[in-house]
Amino acid sequence: MAAITTAPGYHEEVDPNASYLENKKGLLSWLFTLDHKRIGVMYLLSVIIAFTLGGLFALLMRAELLTRGRTLMDADTYNKMFSLHGVIMVFLFLIPAIPASLGNILLPIQLGAKDVAFPRLNLLSYYIYVFGACFGIYSMIHGGVDTGWTFYTPYSTSDPAHGGVGSSSAVIPMTLAVLVLGFSSVLTGVNFIATIHKMRAPGLSWRRLSLFAWSLYATAIIQILATPVLAITFLLLTLERFLGIGIFDPRLGGDPVLYQHFFWFYSHPAVYIMIVPGMGIVSDLIATFSRREPFGYMAIAMSSIALALLGFLVWGHHLFVAGMSEYATMVFSALTFLVAIPSGVKVFNWIATLYKGSISLQSPMLWALSFIFLFTIGGLTGLFLGMLAVDVHLHDTYFVVAHFHYVMVGGTVMGFFGGLHYWWPKFTGRLYDEKWAVAGWFFVFVGFNVTFLVQFLLGSRGMPRRYYDYLPQYESLHQISTVGSWILGLGFLILAAMFVRSLFSGKPAPRNPWGSAAYEWLTPSPPPTFNFAKDPVFERGPYDYQVATDEELYDGFDDPLFPEKGVAEGEARA
Amino acid sequence: MMQPQASSWQLPPAMADTAAPMDGAFHFIFWFSVVFAVLVIAVTLLFIQKYRRQKSDQRSGKAEKGAPTPSRNKLEILWTVVPTLFIIVLFHVGFSAYIHNVTAAEGATEIRVFAKKWSWEFEYGGGARSPDLHLEVNKPYKLILSSEDVIHSFFIPEFRVKRDAVPGQYSFVAFTPTAVGEAHVFCAEYCGTNHSAMLAKVFVEEPAKHEEFLASFGRKPKLCGTPPVECTEEKWGESLFTEKACFTCHGTGGDGKLGGSPSPGPKLAGIFGHDQPLQDGSTVHVDENYVRESILKPNAKIVAGYANVQMPPFAGSFTDDQLEAVIAYIKSLK
Repeated sequence: MAAITTAPGYHEEVDPNASYLENKKGLLSWLFTLDHKRIGVMYLLSVIIAFTLGGLFALLMRAELLTRGRTLMDADTYNKMFSLHGVIMVFLFLIPAIPASLGNILLPIQLGAKDVAFPRLNLLSYYIYVFGACFGIYSMIHGGVDTGWTFYTPYSTSDPAHGGVGSSSAVIPMTLAVLVLGFSSVLTGVNFIATIHKMRAPGLSWRRLSLFAWSLYATAIIQILATPVLAITFLLLTLERFLGIGIFDPRLGGDPVLYQHFFWFYSHPAVYIMIVPGMGIVSDLIATFSRREPFGYMAIAMSSIALALLGFLVWGHHLFVAGMSEYATMVFSALTFLVAIPSGVKVFNWIATLYKGSISLQSPMLWALSFIFLFTIGGLTGLFLGMLAVDVHLHDTYFVVAHFHYVMVGGTVMGFFGGLHYWWPKFTGRLYDEKWAVAGWFFVFVGFNVTFLVQFLLGSRGMPRRYYDYLPQYESLHQISTVGSWILGLGFLILAAMFVRSLFSGKPAPRNPWGSAAYEWLTPSPPPTFNFAKDPVFERGPYDYQVATDEELYDGFDDPLFPEKGVAEGEARA
Repeated sequence: MMQPQASSWQLPPAMADTAAPMDGAFHFIFWFSVVFAVLVIAVTLLFIQKYRRQKSDQRSGKAEKGAPTPSRNKLEILWTVVPTLFIIVLFHVGFSAYIHNVTAAEGATEIRVFAKKWSWEFEYGGGARSPDLHLEVNKPYKLILSSEDVIHSFFIPEFRVKRDAVPGQYSFVAFTPTAVGEAHVFCAEYCGTNHSAMLAKVFVEEPAKHEEFLASFGRKPKLCGTPPVECTEEKWGESLFTEKACFTCHGTGGDGKLGGSPSPGPKLAGIFGHDQPLQDGSTVHVDENYVRESILKPNAKIVAGYANVQMPPFAGSFTDDQLEAVIAYIKSLK
């Protein structure tokens, strides 16, 4: 194994035993840090801000839909609201949420490495993200983008000021912002692939890689291969708008449906950029909270790779009613169903892992189990949409809205929060209040289902999406959904308060509060700058509960004096 | 004669031959999903209950562990192959229903459908266009869709049909209405400010009533407005103003307001006989000719401040009689 474990030169003056939070102080030491954990924490803060903003827009949108006609805002404001919600949630939260924040913090630790392969590139990708995010939000709010996050042509490109028929809003600056964000995503992907290939500690074979690391690897493949297509699409949009080259606009001889092909060629794989890391987290959570090696480890790892590759073959299912040939719809429908197989394999293996486990329902596990339930519903309703005749009826209705929220919120957000709870004691060094965590989870789970379960019914009864106003027969279901959004909002508010309180007055976290065999729990909480006090050599896998010693697994949680001893022994073994 | 019936609590009443194949496929996948989801959730809950950790680590003094994980390749193959068989069935059910629904019957009556921001227009042959879709029950139809500006999508939930209307292309929807009653055409592809107001009514009628509609269509009716009163030229203009969805951009009664804020198009009330400032700095005197031109070729003279709003041309939407009526109505607005 040719692992690079030497310290990059910039770390020379670092104390190998001090935690990464204490090694250097001051704002500048954060802003110019090359430490993957600090960059990850900055990413985490940024994506949580994006999530909060996107969530506020969602609450406003749902409030507008509480009654028919005007409730709070006019139609144009509402249209901008759902565009802001979609763009912020997709490009600023869902895509970077897990890989760039939790992935950044955890991946090198799980590999036993000192840092990612390219620490400077890592910091650069963060600043590209910040620049793209600020530029994007500014152009959306200032320019009043009202196209939804899909920017369909010719509505998005055909500016009335230049004789066009569409939106006069600042779509081009917005899409350029997304292009910038894409570079951040690609750089993170390159960095992670190089890190996983070259930075694994001695003893860490591919078969010992954590399932979270496998999922980040699969995600990185999609990020690198799919994102350039989006960049090309948005460059073509720009060329069309400024040079009048007819690509998508029928008035210039272009084909608007071509844009949809290009857009979804990126954006469908992007769905897997969002969900696959969540699946990785859930795999780790279920192993830890069942204290059992995941059933079908290789099957789970390979199904992540399969999802990454299959994700490239199914974009056409977004265009079943847009004007494709019947043959194309047939092929895309068949390919779409294939996605169900690796998804099913994951769910079956997770459940089989629970069998004969030692299951603990601590807060991170509640999120993991919610993921299984909600993702199952999200996946099954995806089958409805893969069936051609059924898709014709449900396409562009609230059924689709409900379906992708069950996948994106029920999947990615559940995974993200599960991971956040799970690793919080590790990277902050603080425990949080479990009672409040469970209460927050409960309101989120209930609120989410109240909000979105009825939307399936709205959709199957014919309510189209992106509607400012609706017919009387849809009113009561809309009202239930809006009330659900308040419960959901309350849940997140409780969690926010709980985490903030933990930062200021949480008890110090022990080394291994969950009794996990995974490598990141062998090092102190919070870890030192180089992640391990001594370069680790792994003699067992991260799920080898049968081989892991009692000292590794149990460090006398509840006793704040104990962690030091546990570390010493964990390190001695390594 | 079949009346529209609610086929289930999940779907709107079925009113065309295209509904039954989709409903069959929908209920098939619905029950498949219910069984599958209940199984997954039940087994998960069962395992959680049965294999819940019994002793705390603190009491044991060491971590409680789960059982060793065996390697079961046969099980992995089983739960790869069985779902594969399921999805082949699901694909087949969905595809065969789809093919049935996209195939138009021999000798179907053709109706041209024009989509534009933010109204639908239906042409039955003969030039006049209707804002509502009138159909005869049990008669096969083929609708030829096109868009005059951005992408719209033609959606009738009761018929289970949907198809995008794409500028620069034609697309088709085929069906035979099977039940007398009313339904709505929705626009299902986001198209701007008044996307959600881009509705048209669908009337599925008995043959005699449908004949009556076709015979009187495009002519001044005896009664018009709500509540119906004797139809003067101005009253007819007023109902056409509503029918052709002029109010979605110019406000009700052309008052230039929409839901409390300025409407996308300029105010029409009280402009007749006065001068209107234009985008290029000149002014125009509002007379019959200007109003007529602005309806048929809206971009010939653009009102100051409205350069960013593109009104679609309504040439072809009105018969000459109808135009006269609308002009009379605008003239009457104070």
